[in-house]
Amino acid sequence: MPEERTSLTDPAEQFNEEMLIRRIRDGEHDLFYELIRPYERRVYSAALAILRNQADAEDVAQEAVLKALKHIRQFRAESRFSTWLIQITVNEARMRIRKHRAHMIEPIDDHQDEEGNYTPRDFADWREIPSETLERKEVRQKLAEALALLGEKYREVFVLRDMQHLSIEETAKALRISTASVKTRLLRARLMLRDLLAPGLGGSWSSKLSFEKGTKPW
Amino acid sequence: MVVKCEEVWREISNYLDGDIEPDLRLAMEEHIRGCQRCTAVLDGTRNVVQLYGDERMLEVPLGFSHRLQHRLDENISRSRRRGFLGWMVAAAAAVLVAGSVEVARSSIFRRPELRSEHAQSGTGVPPDMLVVVSTAGKIFHRSGCPFIHDKAHVQTLTARAAMREGYAPCIRCMKQYLVAG
Repeated sequence: MPEERTSLTDPAEQFNEEMLIRRIRDGEHDLFYELIRPYERRVYSAALAILRNQADAEDVAQEAVLKALKHIRQFRAESRFSTWLIQITVNEARMRIRKHRAHMIEPIDDHQDEEGNYTPRDFADWREIPSETLERKEVRQKLAEALALLGEKYREVFVLRDMQHLSIEETAKALRISTASVKTRLLRARLMLRDLLAPGLGGSWSSKLSFEKGTKPW
Repeated sequence: MVVKCEEVWREISNYLDGDIEPDLRLAMEEHIRGCQRCTAVLDGTRNVVQLYGDERMLEVPLGFSHRLQHRLDENISRSRRRGFLGWMVAAAAAVLVAGSVEVARSSIFRRPELRSEHAQSGTGVPPDMLVVVSTAGKIFHRSGCPFIHDKAHVQTLTARAAMREGYAPCIRCMKQYLVAG
């Protein structure tokens, strides 16, 4: 069964957002937090996806929000405000990562051939990780660790598309890459995460997560 | 249409997103039904998308919203202060400019009132040129001009200062600076 994706913004919210933007442009800057509040977690997670460091991610998220306020007049209504905001965040985070690249650990697969086929690891079946386990912090932590192991270009596509539910086109726009690249990277990110999270798998990816047999949180 | 495992893996993401041709979908489903490995790939990938797509995965650190709001408020207040300060500076500058213009009009651009209503103000007199005036007189001269009156009370000053005080150039020694006619 294909996964259905629904729009996060209903027409009433959209209308409210447009009103807010108009008023902020007219000088009511105090309303800006109200405008970005629904997206603040997405801004943070986009920054975190790129930076993999909570402190940097929070700082970049704040910088991105301030920048969005400063340039609110440049926002064009043909794209969604949330996409525009995420685009600013991605730019800020990329600038930060370039600045500090020397101090950061290179992801393990940044130099892999993006176009090459990825062979998913072979195991008899998939032991379902139920959604209910997400209530547990250690499960969320393990998922975040697995995500952090992906290369930047896979991580950012996966976060925008699968965690923030942007469309393929919006993801491409936010990251300034082609829709074909989004699809290729998304496929690989999903498959790599599946391999990383596969219970009982002792491969090189999962060993980096220190998932010893019997210690998985699910 | 028959598909192999590799094709299923290549299209699994598009399959989950519903971004696939109906023929290929049917062929993939047919294949997956009979292939344990591809079933495990599909189940695992779907599980990954479901888990990470959960709102609970978008966690922010404790106090994140508060700190963001605080920084935003600070920034807005600062730009307001800057705006007000800018307005004040602009206003002060406007007053200063207006004042300067007034001073300029009274001292530089407006020709000073001449001490003699019959005298003629000069043009192009080098302002730093040293000239001689008699305190009670109305004319400034080159040093040594025979037409200086009251030589006992002369003083040397620049042509600029002389003109500012209303002295007019001597029609003889300063003839070149007087407008013809």
